[in-house]
Amino acid sequence: MTDAQVVKRAKYKSTVKDAGVRGILKMTRERFVFMPNDPSSSVKLNVEFRLIKGHKSSKEGSNRPALLNLTQDQGNYIFEFESFSDRELCRDFVAKAIAFSAEIGGPTSEKAAPLKDEQLSSAEMERRIKLLQEDSELQKLHKQFVIGGVLSETEFWATRKKLLDVNVTRKVKQRVGLKSDMIFNVKPSSDGQSNRVTFNLTPEMIHQIFAEKPAVRQAYLNFVPNKMTEKDFWTKYWRAQYLHSTKNIVAAAAEAAEDEELAVFLRQDAILASEIRQKIRKVDPTLDMEADEGDDYTHISGHGLATEDIKDELEAQYEPYKRSFLQDINRHAAVVLEGRTIDVETGDTRTVAEALASSKRLELAKEASDVNTHQERLDRITQMTEIEDLQAPREPPVAPLCIKDPRDYFDSQQVKTLNQLSGTRQMKSRLSTSEAYDSLRAYISEIRSVGLSDPIVRPEVAFKVFNSLTQNISSSKYQLGKNPHESILDTLPSVTKEELLLHWTSIQELLKHFWSSYPITTSYLYTKVSRLRDAMSQIYPKLQEIKESVQSDSRHQVSLLVQPMLQALDAAFAHYELDQQKRSAKSGEKPNGYV
Amino acid sequence: MKFQIEDVTVYFPYDHIYPEQYSYMIELKRSLDAKGHCLLEMPTGTGKTIALLSLITSYTLSKPSNPVKLLYCTRTVHEMEKTLAELKLLHKYQLDNIGPSARMLALGLSSRKNLCINPAVVSAENRDSVDAGCRKLTASWVRALAIENPNIPTCSFFETYEKAGSDAVLPPGVYTLQDLRVFGKEKGWCPYFLARHMVQFANVVVYSYQYLLDPKVAGIISKEMQRESVVVFDEAHNIDNVCIEALSVSVRRQTIEGATRNINKMSQEINRFKATDAGRLRAEYNRLVEGLAQRGNLPLGDTWLANPALPDDILKEAVPGNIRRAEHFLSVLRRLVQYLKGRLETENVEKEGPLTFVNAVNSHVGIDQKMLKFCYDRLHSLMLTLEITDTDEFLHIQTICDFATLVGTYTRGFSIIIEPYDERMPHIPDPVLQLSCHDASLAIKPVFDRFQSVVITSGTLSPIDLYPRLLNFNPVVSRSFTMSLTRDCICPMVLTRGSDQLPVSTKFDLRSDPGVERNYGRLLLEMVSVVPDGIVCFFVSYSYMDAIVNSWNETGILKDIMQRKLVFIETQDVVETTLALDNYRKACDCGRGAVFFSVARGKVAEGIDFDRHYGRLVIMFGVPFQYTLSRILLARLEYLRETFQIKEGDFLTFDALRQAAQCVGRVIRSKADYGMMIFADKRYTRHDKRSKLPGWILSHLRDAHLNLSTDMAVHIAREFLRKMAQPYDKTGGGGKKTLLSQEDLEKMNGTEGMMF
Repeated sequence: MTDAQVVKRAKYKSTVKDAGVRGILKMTRERFVFMPNDPSSSVKLNVEFRLIKGHKSSKEGSNRPALLNLTQDQGNYIFEFESFSDRELCRDFVAKAIAFSAEIGGPTSEKAAPLKDEQLSSAEMERRIKLLQEDSELQKLHKQFVIGGVLSETEFWATRKKLLDVNVTRKVKQRVGLKSDMIFNVKPSSDGQSNRVTFNLTPEMIHQIFAEKPAVRQAYLNFVPNKMTEKDFWTKYWRAQYLHSTKNIVAAAAEAAEDEELAVFLRQDAILASEIRQKIRKVDPTLDMEADEGDDYTHISGHGLATEDIKDELEAQYEPYKRSFLQDINRHAAVVLEGRTIDVETGDTRTVAEALASSKRLELAKEASDVNTHQERLDRITQMTEIEDLQAPREPPVAPLCIKDPRDYFDSQQVKTLNQLSGTRQMKSRLSTSEAYDSLRAYISEIRSVGLSDPIVRPEVAFKVFNSLTQNISSSKYQLGKNPHESILDTLPSVTKEELLLHWTSIQELLKHFWSSYPITTSYLYTKVSRLRDAMSQIYPKLQEIKESVQSDSRHQVSLLVQPMLQALDAAFAHYELDQQKRSAKSGEKPNGYV
Repeated sequence: MKFQIEDVTVYFPYDHIYPEQYSYMIELKRSLDAKGHCLLEMPTGTGKTIALLSLITSYTLSKPSNPVKLLYCTRTVHEMEKTLAELKLLHKYQLDNIGPSARMLALGLSSRKNLCINPAVVSAENRDSVDAGCRKLTASWVRALAIENPNIPTCSFFETYEKAGSDAVLPPGVYTLQDLRVFGKEKGWCPYFLARHMVQFANVVVYSYQYLLDPKVAGIISKEMQRESVVVFDEAHNIDNVCIEALSVSVRRQTIEGATRNINKMSQEINRFKATDAGRLRAEYNRLVEGLAQRGNLPLGDTWLANPALPDDILKEAVPGNIRRAEHFLSVLRRLVQYLKGRLETENVEKEGPLTFVNAVNSHVGIDQKMLKFCYDRLHSLMLTLEITDTDEFLHIQTICDFATLVGTYTRGFSIIIEPYDERMPHIPDPVLQLSCHDASLAIKPVFDRFQSVVITSGTLSPIDLYPRLLNFNPVVSRSFTMSLTRDCICPMVLTRGSDQLPVSTKFDLRSDPGVERNYGRLLLEMVSVVPDGIVCFFVSYSYMDAIVNSWNETGILKDIMQRKLVFIETQDVVETTLALDNYRKACDCGRGAVFFSVARGKVAEGIDFDRHYGRLVIMFGVPFQYTLSRILLARLEYLRETFQIKEGDFLTFDALRQAAQCVGRVIRSKADYGMMIFADKRYTRHDKRSKLPGWILSHLRDAHLNLSTDMAVHIAREFLRKMAQPYDKTGGGGKKTLLSQEDLEKMNGTEGMMF
């Protein structure tokens, strides 16, 4: 937090309709204090942010009051500010302060959580119920373990935190694209009495104008606030827009000659022009019409028939002021297509302009260094020229990945994890630090000179590899329903199949909890592990039962399926025993068998 | 796949072939056998280019004793690139199957602007400045000077290329312009001169129409080509217009002023030479006495674009005595320019034939027809003698001399029209003198005469009997193929009424009616919400598009359209349009969807494909008639009526409909592709208009789709798109096969063999 406190003039209101008490609002990191102007007034506030649960604010609008509402468990505090910018400042501050106090308070509650059932908000509860309703498998597990008493509610959900807040994070992560409308192409509102017109500018519009008209952006950075105020700047801008809309190029040129700053807006965008020149070199050759211009011998002046649409021959001095609405549309669409390049959400015009300018520079530098474009273009053309239905569809060039027996893969992984400690030691001995450092340096310098190829792996290739990997990993589960002809499970009677799947998921769930509770540091974890061990040991006879229940011809297949489950369980038990022994060894003074 | 057509083994780079491609190849082969010209119309999206390339290359391979050279002409550079890309694919397949004996050299040829790799030269603005920039570095006298004085810059690429001499050759392969540049950079050779040189040895040359049709270019580039070559004009539906353009010249006030400046400059130069190097001028005089044929001995860098419009005997003939001396020639030019200036000052529109004009020139300023005819070559000889390198400065006097030569050479098929102002803007004086060619056959005649097989092909050559008349030739094969479709993947509709049931049209009296503009807007608005990916709209002219976009903007329709899809627009600025197209494709690729506004007869309509998701719907707003009040068009119509007995109305309709068909035809690339076409004008319902559409569109135009309003069209579009989204059997199960494999072809050949 940069500024430790904020002081603003504000009115305190008990309700929205209330006239309010004028005073000074002072906010620090921990608390906010309201002192009324009239010292005799009884309304004095001194509240800790810890107690504040949230904040709301009124919509921005010219004739609306700038309200900020801080909500508490009971009642709330409403402040009216003199301007929206004050309000914005305070709101940001409040948001930070609340987050800060939550942070402080956070760890304690978390620590407490495993011991007793956490206090759940109704929203949280609802979400959990909803998740259970949507996913029947989850519901089964929940029923089996939580209601069966193996796991507590909190433990069950603790491993599924991601599932719980997935919606929340998604909302935050997704960036909003640019609007497709040309919002800055607005009509001025006039009051109908005088000749004055009014333009309303929002930050969104300013962003769009800056993105589409680099010259305006540059002018803003140059002129404001040294040469003119922000208001003057935008007045000039709209004046220029007006002149364009009249389509009187001569008048525009005359105005520009008198006013240097206005001329910036009226002239064609030089920055844009240079960008265009760069881009045209990278354009797909199969639609490069500019190349025709260089080839077409009939387009020399004076040759060929006069075209239908004769351009109005203007004198050269007016040339820079020519601009058309159609160009603006093209430019707008191009910018929208590019998407939001910066992540600034402040209303500060200058920051937006600077961020845009720097992001543009970066982009250009990146493009200039890009060497792969040529190859990409060629690949593209080849793909485009092929007639699709005369040829079998193209596969991305990958060597088919084939893991013959997925179990080999898993088993070796398991051994690795078991031997982890000794394994890492071996690794260390093989590579000296200097060697490792050298190789790292070599990589970095290579990346510097060549640049990271973007993307590092072609997405379709990556996807394919990923697919074939994961398909084999959880083949029995994955193939269910996806690939009905190949799954072994489908050859089994449906009762057995379901049972197997259920056991598989429950074993997974138990193992997940089991392994996550190591190393055992608290007595709580100790009891949990023993509970889990009991639950797991109950599965053995059940699996045996299944094996025996099926007919002899498919028994082999079932045992193949059960094998990895048993192995996983065995590994867990082995670890449990080992740990148990270590424990008893530690407390070695105590006689054997003494608990 | 590999199959037999009579005695030729055809190598085709795909596993399957469309039946129409197969029959196209058969017809093409017959015309090659007959050593005659042919005219083939095949719907777009049936792989014309690859069929053509694979037949002709296979034909050459099967007759090694008598190799056929292929000159493939495209309208535009980007089509050239596309063709070469397909050729690459084919060549790779042939190499894999036949081995090294299938090797060939194929290259694209373009101007210096597109091939130059010297950064100092190629950065120039336009083609002419690049040409001039190149000459400044490579002209023989500049290089001679540079040997003495190392401070004079030369082009290192050209020098290395020259030094390599006869070793400078391209290894066999297929070279696009980009490949040529890359190769040139690698070797340090100038790709432009290398390509020009290699054209003689190449098996396949892909270049622009102009290199064969424009007399100014054709002489130098195409004179070495042997008679046995096959010339292909692809996308040739506009070939008559290209021919006419190639022989038309217009002179404006600026031209006259520029030409006067040029003459003054040259006379200064002559005086300078007289003082310093009188021998040069005398040598030129002697050369001219011997005739123009001498020109062939000039060094490579100096070769000029010669004039094949002149018959051979003229080339050998001596230049008329009175323009042999440089100062005499200049005074002739001065008089000519003065005369033209006087003619431009007219108050009324004047129109006359070349004969009258030549007589008038002779009687007023004493320049006879023979002198006029030699102007072009005499000027270039003079410019060489005067060692002028900044040729881009001398364009105006070149225009005047082109005009003089054309007027002096042809006595029929042209007219000279002088207009004091533009008909549409009578208050602005803008006098223009136009020499306009009316007869397309004049420019293409040398091509038909010189080469044994000329193939004219396109997706729209309807009515196919009109082209032989316009171009004045006798094709041995003239066929129009229909399209065998696996499913009804094209859906043409005629929309006559808007959402308010009032008629829509771009007819003159309805054109600026706000109701029509609104109805067109509503149509597009409905369509953008129904059709996925790309939509292309064609308007009848730039000015109409500008007006309607502005009106849509004011009424808020444009804003609504933008909420559904991004909007990109073709402008008169080529660079801007290219970028807009690139962005349009990106928008379609990423699933955002976009609308492209374009103009019929514009550059986009000429050569950009909107296949697959780049174009699921084309809307043709109005009937793209030419501007019928144009005097040039009227003169041409009159000429057509008198010479070929083609009625004005018929020609105008034919011309408009071929443009419309061309625009909408760009949506289909293969039979797996699909697209809708909306002809939004009530005039399309009339039989005389509709019947001029190519057969492959007409056969899918159902009677129920002939008179639609917006709501009905939207309904049909929904149904169509839903139907097309279903998976289908590509080979066309049951009944007729629409995709043939090698086995199918062998079976067909077998039964044919039994029949004979």
